[in-house]
Amino acid sequence: MRVIILGATSAIAEATARLYASEGADLLLVGRQQAKLDAIAADLKVRGAVRAETAVYDLAAPENVRSALAQFCATLGGVDHVLIAYGVLGEQDEAEQLTDVAEEILQVNFNSVAAWCLAVADVFEGQARGSLVVLGSVAGDRGRRANYVYGAAKAGLATLVEGISHRFASNGPRAAIVKPGPTITPMTEGMNRKGALWATPEQIARVARRAADRTGPVFYAPGRWRLIMLIIRNLPTVIFNRMSI
Amino acid sequence: MRSFVSKDDIRSWGGILQGQHFVSRPNWRDQLPRSIAEARDADHSLLAIGLGRSYGDSGLNPGGALVDMTALGRIISFDPATGLLRAEAGISFADILDLFVRRGFFLPVTPGTRFVTLGGAIANDVHGKNHHLAGTIGRWVRRIGLLRSDGTEIELRDDDQTGLFAATIGGLGLTGLITWAEIELMRIPSALMDVETLPFANVDEFFAVAAESEGSADYTVAWVDCLAKGNALGRGLFTRARHAPRGTKLARVEKPKLTVPFSMPSFVLNNLSIGLFNSLYFYKGRRAAGKATTPYLPYFYPLDSIGHWNRIYGRRGMYQYQSVVPPVTARDATTEMLKAISKAGEGSFLAVLKTFGEKVSPGLLSFPQAGTTLALDFPNRGQLTLDLLSRLDDIVREAGGRLYPAKDGRISAAMFRAGYPAWETFAQHVDPAFSSAFWRRISE
Ligand SMILES: Cc1cc2nc3c(=O)[nH]c(=O)nc-3n(C[C@H](O)[C@H](O)[C@H](O)COP(=O)(O)OP(=O)(O)OC[C@H]3O[C@@H](n4cnc5c(N)ncnc54)[C@H](O)[C@@H]3O)c2cc1C
Ligand SMILES: NC(=O)c1ccc[n+]([C@@H]2O[C@H](COP(=O)([O-])OP(=O)(O)OC[C@H]3O[C@@H](n4cnc5c(N)ncnc54)[C@H](OP(=O)(O)O)[C@@H]3O)[C@@H](O)[C@H]2O)c1
Repeated sequence: MRVIILGATSAIAEATARLYASEGADLLLVGRQQAKLDAIAADLKVRGAVRAETAVYDLAAPENVRSALAQFCATLGGVDHVLIAYGVLGEQDEAEQLTDVAEEILQVNFNSVAAWCLAVADVFEGQARGSLVVLGSVAGDRGRRANYVYGAAKAGLATLVEGISHRFASNGPRAAIVKPGPTITPMTEGMNRKGALWATPEQIARVARRAADRTGPVFYAPGRWRLIMLIIRNLPTVIFNRMSI
Repeated sequence: MRSFVSKDDIRSWGGILQGQHFVSRPNWRDQLPRSIAEARDADHSLLAIGLGRSYGDSGLNPGGALVDMTALGRIISFDPATGLLRAEAGISFADILDLFVRRGFFLPVTPGTRFVTLGGAIANDVHGKNHHLAGTIGRWVRRIGLLRSDGTEIELRDDDQTGLFAATIGGLGLTGLITWAEIELMRIPSALMDVETLPFANVDEFFAVAAESEGSADYTVAWVDCLAKGNALGRGLFTRARHAPRGTKLARVEKPKLTVPFSMPSFVLNNLSIGLFNSLYFYKGRRAAGKATTPYLPYFYPLDSIGHWNRIYGRRGMYQYQSVVPPVTARDATTEMLKAISKAGEGSFLAVLKTFGEKVSPGLLSFPQAGTTLALDFPNRGQLTLDLLSRLDDIVREAGGRLYPAKDGRISAAMFRAGYPAWETFAQHVDPAFSSAFWRRISE
């Protein structure tokens, strides 16, 4: 199995890559820092990856997505799964005041990811198989004060991936959006990560790995978030507006 | 302190000690110097924390900073020809076993839980049931990456002449952050264990079986019914085991099936239930005695199948007590300790008795030394329990023994210093920015 991971230095991506490694996959790790990619690649090889290649690429400001993707595929001699994991929470307060901060959040989390997704969709359609797994967020399910610019990007992503999944429906390929709840990774460093709602990257990784093999297209991670978000989405506005969540 | 968060829920595994800490959990080794610098700038002392399986106060630093190492679990290299594994210090023994048992390698030394980190295991220089053959984990450590608070990272080797390697092995986290380590894994023929269980009727019989077994068995340990009195004093079950020479290398890795979701009310554990448990365990074990082949997980880690088993001791927690007494006094001191426990009626579920062999521990503060070790756990009943423990202290001290810091939260500075005469030499290697509740207690 040949797997390309965009944003391979994310804690969730690394945990997912370990699952792939244990299956003896060939991996291409794409990120922006060579030293981090090397450390992960060395680890994955001992954990069973047949290959763990690395590529440094400016994922959030891609020059030519299609040719870059073709290059990645060529490195592995083809592709079976693509995981897109990079993302940034951003500073909501700043985003409300400074347009470029908001644009940056949208660029990293939505525009650039959308470009990769569309390019991957074409490759998968061409070969009539393949699984695309994209990390969204429960934050995309209902906008809230604390992070709605980020949430909007993740909401857009969910719709885009759903659309790709629909486009694939009668063919071989799959597309899935994984929506993690709060997870203990560098992204949430500095928050008070206490309590039962916080997940580990390993928990999210298991869902992301499974998502590649199942018909989704929406996977909450851990699964209990499906119910929680169902409730939150359906809360009457008067109540929701009074909550500080 | 940007990368630190204040937390008030860090508890020792025994559950008695709790404190407020500033905790940082770096995902990359190159972030460690920044965490150290931030804590120093805020005038907080530092300590590493692994999986928090130490029972007492050696893993806590209340009011200070803790660097949680558990996100640093990457393997750096592995050489199947030599078995040398180099990994970041936060990798867990569980992870190492999952990866390497199927390839025919095992930890050279393992404690009774696999949920410990490599760094934590080195910092306590842990021992296992094969102590008579393998010594402590420190004997299998070839290299250590040690980050000091001045920002320098030192590669320590096992032939180090400066004393810093010997101080770091069993150094209770006080010499700096272990960022990575290289250990030598051991080859095994299968993932199965040949285990033989032999009942023994009293302390003398224990010593007889132990002496007879050490020559032939790779792993030995005994469970003692410490509420038995009179003639039955010191009755128990002795197990001796080896890696089965044939069989599968694949062990099903089971997730804990049961978990104790919250601290149980303290009436659940009383003398009656502990006494009953001990008697039942003994009779059941005696009936089932004999030879069997089992997967390695339940053999080495019986408690790991119950998540958070420590919570059965309730909100008041428990005391662990592990001593070692030298061979000359072992028989008498062990008998006296068991008498004191049985007389006090303070039962222990998990009384474990084992003889340590002659292998010298490499650390200045390593706990294991030749002799007999007794490990006990007591539900915290306040003064009653403390009185019994200080009675045990007297026996251990008189016998020329000492206690295991990983399991202690209470001994006096005098008792510690008497048991660890090298502590002053050790103190010279302590990193000035590092400290722990334990260290403040016994060094000040
Ligand atoms: C059920 C059970 C059975 C046990 N059986 C045994 C046994 O048979 N033999 C035995 O020897 N022990 C035994 N123990 C004790 C356990 O092995 C030790 O306490 C071990 O050190 C715990 O590892 P940890 O990762 O949880 O470390 P922690 O408890 O988190 O930390 C232990 C110490 O290591 C230091 N430390 C942790 N990581 C680092 C690092 N990266 N750099 C520097 N210092 C560091 C900490 O500061 C602390 O002083 C047992 C414990 C339990 C709960
Ligand atoms: N953690 C959570 O609570 C949570 C919850 C829901 C969804 N998610 C989503 O899960 C995914 C993975 O996040 P994580 O939690 O694993 O966090 P993480 O470990 O902090 O990873 C974030 C990743 O994004 C990359 N990245 C950030 N900004 C970038 C940019 N401008 N250009 C290129 N790459 C960039 C980072 O690269 P560097 O390593 O080079 O910095 C890193 O690989 C993200 O999409 C996130 O939105 C996370």
